[in-house]
Amino acid sequence: MGRYVARRLLQMIPVFLGSTFLIFCMMYALPGDPVRALYGDQAIDEAQIAAIKQSLGLDQPFMVQYWNYLTGLFQGDFGTQIASQQPVADVIADAFPITVRLTVFAFLFTVVVGITLGVIAGLRPNTVVDKSLLVLTLLLISVPSFVLGYTFQYVFAFQLGWVDPNVNDPENYGQLLLPAVVLGSLSLAYVARLTRTSIAENLRADYVRTAVAKGLPRRRIVGIHLMRNSLIPVVTFLGSDLGALMGGAVVTEGIFNVRGVGYTVYEALTRREGSTVVGIVTLIVIIYLVCSLLVDLLYAVLDPRIRYA
Amino acid sequence: MPEALDTTAKEKLPAAEPATVPVPVDAKPEKARSLWSDAWDDLRRSPMFLISAALILLLLVMAAFPGLFTGASPRDGDLSNHYLGAANWTNFFGADWFGYDVQGRSIWARMVYGARASILVGVGVTVLVTIAGTLIGVLAGYFGGWLDAILFRLTDVFSGIPFMLGAMVVLTTFTERSVLVVVLALAFLGWTTIARVARGSVITIKQADYVTAAKALGASTSRILFRHILPNAIAPVIVVATIALGGYIAAEATLSYLGIGLSGVSWGIDVSAGKDQLRNAPHVLMMPSVMVSVTVLAFLMFGDAVRNALDPKMR
Repeated sequence: MGRYVARRLLQMIPVFLGSTFLIFCMMYALPGDPVRALYGDQAIDEAQIAAIKQSLGLDQPFMVQYWNYLTGLFQGDFGTQIASQQPVADVIADAFPITVRLTVFAFLFTVVVGITLGVIAGLRPNTVVDKSLLVLTLLLISVPSFVLGYTFQYVFAFQLGWVDPNVNDPENYGQLLLPAVVLGSLSLAYVARLTRTSIAENLRADYVRTAVAKGLPRRRIVGIHLMRNSLIPVVTFLGSDLGALMGGAVVTEGIFNVRGVGYTVYEALTRREGSTVVGIVTLIVIIYLVCSLLVDLLYAVLDPRIRYA
Repeated sequence: MPEALDTTAKEKLPAAEPATVPVPVDAKPEKARSLWSDAWDDLRRSPMFLISAALILLLLVMAAFPGLFTGASPRDGDLSNHYLGAANWTNFFGADWFGYDVQGRSIWARMVYGARASILVGVGVTVLVTIAGTLIGVLAGYFGGWLDAILFRLTDVFSGIPFMLGAMVVLTTFTERSVLVVVLALAFLGWTTIARVARGSVITIKQADYVTAAKALGASTSRILFRHILPNAIAPVIVVATIALGGYIAAEATLSYLGIGLSGVSWGIDVSAGKDQLRNAPHVLMMPSVMVSVTVLAFLMFGDAVRNALDPKMR
């Protein structure tokens, strides 16, 4: 187990380096000069520009910049924003908790509602309940999140007046409910479908028949025997989903005016703030990698036949 | 389940042969039924496939000949029609069917003309991703060893980057964003799923007896790859690709909505234009939204039907 985790952690290193390098390359290739943009309409002082670039290390060749960035990163230094002179680490520290709260909220919604719906439908394959779940999830998957976001905002905030259209206070869970539902809906549909398929398939398995023959109560058969065996594909999906949720927060946070990571990335992209974008994407990549490791370890918990030497 | 296949084959026979023929089974020796002819038989009888195929056909015609559906221009507006109300049902397929946007342009015309961009991006990305992903997956799966190690690590690197964020970063590096640029950007980040599926499928198939037999007969590597491995490994790839197509259309709309997708006429741009007037003129936002959703739905249903036909286990 320990050796397996160590090996996986080592394997993460090239993936981590590769992903950050790719993002760094893209940001380097961005057109426009963020330092020059500071001046707006004012007359440009070339000496001053050169001085600012030198202090930020922007006059260095690409590979040197990447190396400096990496070494800084390992010391917890995410670089400095060009326009505001604020350390990127502070910007991230402001925005990150908000997005984490939103994402975890969306994630819980996905897991609880998705698995419940999936189990309900999976236990009754090819009935009306099952068919309507398939139609409902198909509709959810085909509606892009920005469409769903504005539809919900229009219906629940403007027409019914149940919630505020914008999130003014990111500490308020009531206000975060609507954005979390919108953010989690796509994953919810996938989770429900995966659970449904998996349960419906395992329902015919021999061990279920044995459990029924033994006279076990239905709750135990479904809750212990069936669920544990059926959840592996769902857990696989959920593991890769947390990173995707954080990436998808760009759209949801924009609609509901949540000042989280997505909002910050979008702002930074339009202002060509390379260091902020790279910093946030790097963090999301790390979260993704850690989640996929956790998922692999969870397999062994769910299925004792899987052992890691 | 293989049984499922057998039952459909048995059910078909009595219907195909009139009851008067005395020896119904042996009279017409059944052709060797390939996976594909089986799948086609399934598809023809699936209502989901027929509905989605009809919708997709309609969208394709709309993308190719938008002039058939509206006489109005998507670009020229009459400012006196500014935010003029929605849904005039008496004028079917006319310019003011769905009302007008901020610049007095016909919303219906913009919906019709937006189809081309979405369809081109969706199909373009899917084709590119399928070619690149299959190539990489087949090479990694068949040759194994260091090539597999490198290619698989590369797949890991690309799938570590969140798709939407990565696409946003790639696209901001371009100032002119044509359909081709958006297609390349999405394909650049999207090929990994197909590569994984192709690799897994090839690894299973390369152990099959017919591959060993072909090797023993002295077939060349390219012959084994293209005549034996690829045709048998391609079904799961096609399933994943058809389902992903709808997702790429949604991704294009989302990027255009964020203002970093296409420049030109696109549903995503129209949604973004309508968002500030959601309270007063919801039709400006809702109509292109419905259009995106219906298009994605059509392709998803199509993909689902193809999956059910090619992979009876998923039923």
